[in-house]
This record gives sequence, C-alpha cells and structure tokens, in this order.
Amino acid sequence: MSEITPELVTHLASLSRIDLSPDEIASLTTELGQIVDSIAKVSEVATADVPATSHPIPLTNALRADVVGETLTQEQVLQNAPEQQDGKFVVTAILGEEQ
Amino acid sequence: MSDLIRLSAAELAAKLSAGEVSAVEATQAHLDRIAAVDGDVHAFLHVSDSALETARGIDERRAAGEQLHELAGVPLAVKDVLVTTDMPSTSGSKILEGYMSPFDATVVERARAAGLIAIGKTNMDEFAMGSSTEHSAYGPTHNPWDLSRIPGGSGGGSAAAVAAFEAPLALGSDTGGSIRQPAHVTGTVGVKPTYGGVSRYGSIALASSLDQIGPVTRTVLDAALLHDVIGGHDARDSTSIPESWVSMAAAAREGQSGEVLKGLRVGVVKQFSGEGFQAGVEQRFAETLTLLQGAGAEIVEIDAPHFEYAVAAYYLILPAEASSNLARYDSVRFGLRVHPQGGGTVEDVMAATREAGFGPEVKRRIILGTYALSSGYYDAYYGSAQKVRTLIQRDFNAAFDQVDVIASPSAPTTAFKIGERVNDPLSMYLNDITTIPANLAGVPGISIPMGLAPEDGLPTGLQLMAPVRADDRLYRVAAAIEARLEEGWGHTLISQAPALGGK
Repeated sequence: MSEITPELVTHLASLSRIDLSPDEIASLTTELGQIVDSIAKVSEVATADVPATSHPIPLTNALRADVVGETLTQEQVLQNAPEQQDGKFVVTAILGEEQ
Repeated sequence: MSDLIRLSAAELAAKLSAGEVSAVEATQAHLDRIAAVDGDVHAFLHVSDSALETARGIDERRAAGEQLHELAGVPLAVKDVLVTTDMPSTSGSKILEGYMSPFDATVVERARAAGLIAIGKTNMDEFAMGSSTEHSAYGPTHNPWDLSRIPGGSGGGSAAAVAAFEAPLALGSDTGGSIRQPAHVTGTVGVKPTYGGVSRYGSIALASSLDQIGPVTRTVLDAALLHDVIGGHDARDSTSIPESWVSMAAAAREGQSGEVLKGLRVGVVKQFSGEGFQAGVEQRFAETLTLLQGAGAEIVEIDAPHFEYAVAAYYLILPAEASSNLARYDSVRFGLRVHPQGGGTVEDVMAATREAGFGPEVKRRIILGTYALSSGYYDAYYGSAQKVRTLIQRDFNAAFDQVDVIASPSAPTTAFKIGERVNDPLSMYLNDITTIPANLAGVPGISIPMGLAPEDGLPTGLQLMAPVRADDRLYRVAAAIEARLEEGWGHTLISQAPALGGK
C-alpha cells in the first residue's frame, strides 16, 4: 500500500514551486502511488555491501586555468529576460506583506 | 519526389564534393520536402530561414577552391533540446517558448564548422521526458510509416525527419533510449555514444548523469560520419572524456565487408524476451541471430540478473536529477513569467509560472524526484537506485568478459497508436526496458533496422551494445549486419516506407 497522500503531494508541490490545481493533486496522488509501488523494488537488491554509482564513467575533477574565458555581454544576458530595466532583471517583490 | 532527398548523407556528400549538386540545391530540396509533408508528420518545431544563405556560403567557398569537410553542404535537423543562436530552443516546453540562446551547443558549433546546414529544430517530448513525443507542448509528431502512430520519443521529431526524407542527418539526445527507441519504430539508425564521448554543452539538461547526444540517420555509415563531426573532448563539458577517438566512419566502412562477423561473440540477454515482447519483434530478432550465425558469429546467452531493476532505478535517478536541473525555470532571468491573480511574491510568481509552463509529465517527474530526494526517503530510493546502477555495471562487465557485443530488440513492440498509452505512465515507462541499462552503465548502443514485424508491417530495430569507449566496434558490427540484412531483403528497409503527402 502506498504512502503517497494528497497532503504529501501538496507538500512536494510547494517544495517544487508548482502551484498544482486540486485536480492535479488528486491524479498525481494516484499515479505517484502506482509508480512508487513499482520502483520501490530497487531496495530488494541494494544491500549494504554494494557501493553507489553516481556517474557512469569515473573521471577526476576537470579543472582549467583560472583565467577569464568566453563571457556573454550584458545585452546577451538580458536578451531573454521576462522583464528588465536599466540593464538589470526586474524581479517581483521578495517579501510579502506579512514578512 | 526529388532524388536528392532519397540519397544517404554519404552519397549526397559525394555529389556535393564532385560538384554535381550544389549545397543550395540540396538544401532547397529538403526545404521543399518539409513544406510538402511536415504538415502531416510535424517533425519540425521551427524551420530555418537562413539555411539557404548558409548553403550559398558553402557553395561559394567550394567554388573558391577551399578544402571543405566531406559533409559540407549536407542538411542537418537539430533536436530542440540543443541550443542554437539562429533558431529558438524550447526543449518542447511552453516555459521556454521563443527562447533564443546566446551561444550554440558544442555539437551544433562543430556541425556548422564542418559545413553542415542546420535546416530546423525537431519536435520532442517536453524536456525529453517521454517515449512517444506526445508530451511535446507543441503537439505530437506522427510516424511516417503510419501517421496514426507514435514516432517514438523523446526524439520522435529527429527520427521522423530522417524517416520522412526531410533531412538525411539529425541530432538527438538519449537519456534512457530517446535516440534508439525512435530509430526502432521509424526504421532508421540511431546511436547513443559512450557517456562523455560527445559533449553535452548546450544540451538543455534532463538528467546529467544519463544524457548523451548522438546521431540520427538512415544508414550506419551516415551515423558514423556525423559522430566523427560531433564527438571528442570538449573542455566546456566537465564530464567529457579527455581522450582521442578513432574514426567511426573508418570503422563503419571497414565493417561493410562483413569480415568482422566471423568469430564475433554476440551476447543475448535472457531477461530481454518473453512477457511484453511482441511476437513479430522476437521473430525478426531470432532471424537476425540466425543470419549472424550463418556469417560466422557465435551466439552466447547472457545472464544479467539486475537488468530487471533498471527501469525502477532509472525512474528514481532521472526524476531526482531532473527535479534539480529544472529548478532553473524560475521565471527570473529567462523563460515564461506568469503573475498569479491578485499578485504575490517572487515565490508565488515562480509557482504560478511553473504550473502554467510545465506539462503533466514534467510535473509528474519533478514531484517524483522531489519525493525521492526528500529527507527520510533518500537512502531507500535514490541511494538504492545508485546501488542498482553499480550492479547493472557489474552485469555488463561480466557479460563483456564473455562477448564482444550484446544484441537485443531495441524496444519490446512496434510503434503504438497515438493516445494509446499517454495516460498510463507506467506502461509508457516499461517501453524503455531494453534501452535504459546502457544509460545507467554509460555504455554505447546503436539501433539499426531489423525488418518489418509480420503482424503489423511496422519497423523493428536491432540494438547492439558494446563496452564503454568501444563505439567503433558498434559501427563496425552494425555496418556488417546492415549490409547482410539489406542483401537478404534486396533493398533498404526505409525504401519500403509509404509515400507521404499524396505524392
């Protein structure tokens, strides 16, 4: 039986910054429950003696000389900005009225 | 139909360098084809308005006696996951609608440097999440073999573009099969190189430890030629392997004689058969193995006990990495910005933007990945999935102690109907059972046409996998098998695809 509840999906949506509708929360609760049930089997074989692999090809740190490389112009940086003013990004208020 | 579009890239390139055809003519022929059939196929999200001008430049340089790359003047379709300076790059998402990159992806930059003509951007599942291209925010692509069916995914646009003769070459990305499975269902060739063999710089990230860019073509040699153009170390991708590679095209040409099949040890994974596998796919696979034996290859059964956990591990690792990578779509510096009703803080704007800008599959995977990474669940899910990854690598290592290549059907079934599985994520995920292990282990894989399934007349693909860094072996063996199969059929498989556009 799955532990995915509407409350958990609502919490995950808030962590993910997605304003899900009530319908989406309902359908995701069902779908995620099924998906989690089917993928939980990974723990069957993941015993303590098996090391984890995060990256398929072992490489040591890729470093470069600490010099200025290719950079973008201010115009390029701002070319896709949803809103801009005086060469800067315009952002909505960070703090709400209660904060 | 113009004969130019029917040529392989290698054949077209030969005509271009012999001066029999100009780059403008080659480009115009493909633009005409797109205009004639893409209304039905919908392989492209954007068609270049500067391709002819670029082609003219190639013709002028060639006329001036400049020594150009052998593929110079050949048109190329680019999956929309790769950023381009001259065309929008959306990764199939509304959240990036109209996005114009200030730089080219390394693979695009290298393709342009070789004189390839970027003719358009191809459709894909949103952020490459899907196996059918139905999750594109811009509508599905249709399979040129049967327009009511899916062209595979996520790179259905690139596969359909080459299958429909809209381009001889295309670029794709393969995170769990997004190049190989579309090749399977469209009767084309697709390669996922060794992880780190081709730069990911400028590829809009899905799951960084799994994503790999590769060629999408109609012949093995064409894929090898394109691989040589895009491959090799790139200092801008810190996961790029800092080594040099042999020529894949040389390997493919060498393989065409079939000599490589004598004494070749071919592994067949016993876990890749039975339940879920369509009879006609299994039949064509068995026939291909018989053909290989006839050519002197030895078939060895391989036990890969952990492959059955691969899909589960993948659907933990991919969402986990994706939930982190997709956090950048926050409405601040680029992309969509939606203001919630009644206003709000930047956090409210982010949540409203992501609600409006992401499609259902993307939301599903972000939420799943956020769950898998949550404190209290991390060890059980993400940690376990990373251990499964080790076990799958060990299965591959044990197999490659016994065999030179591993063979399997590239996907369990032929193309399904558009709409058939779109509301059933689990059945969609199981479609990738044969392709996912290679991504988890980083090994290279190729899919080549293996014949039409008798029951539905739709294409099937043969997948070959080789050890890490042995991409050239794949091209050598695949070119040999392709030549043998086509000799038996008396034609290429793609020549059997139905005419499009009523012509």
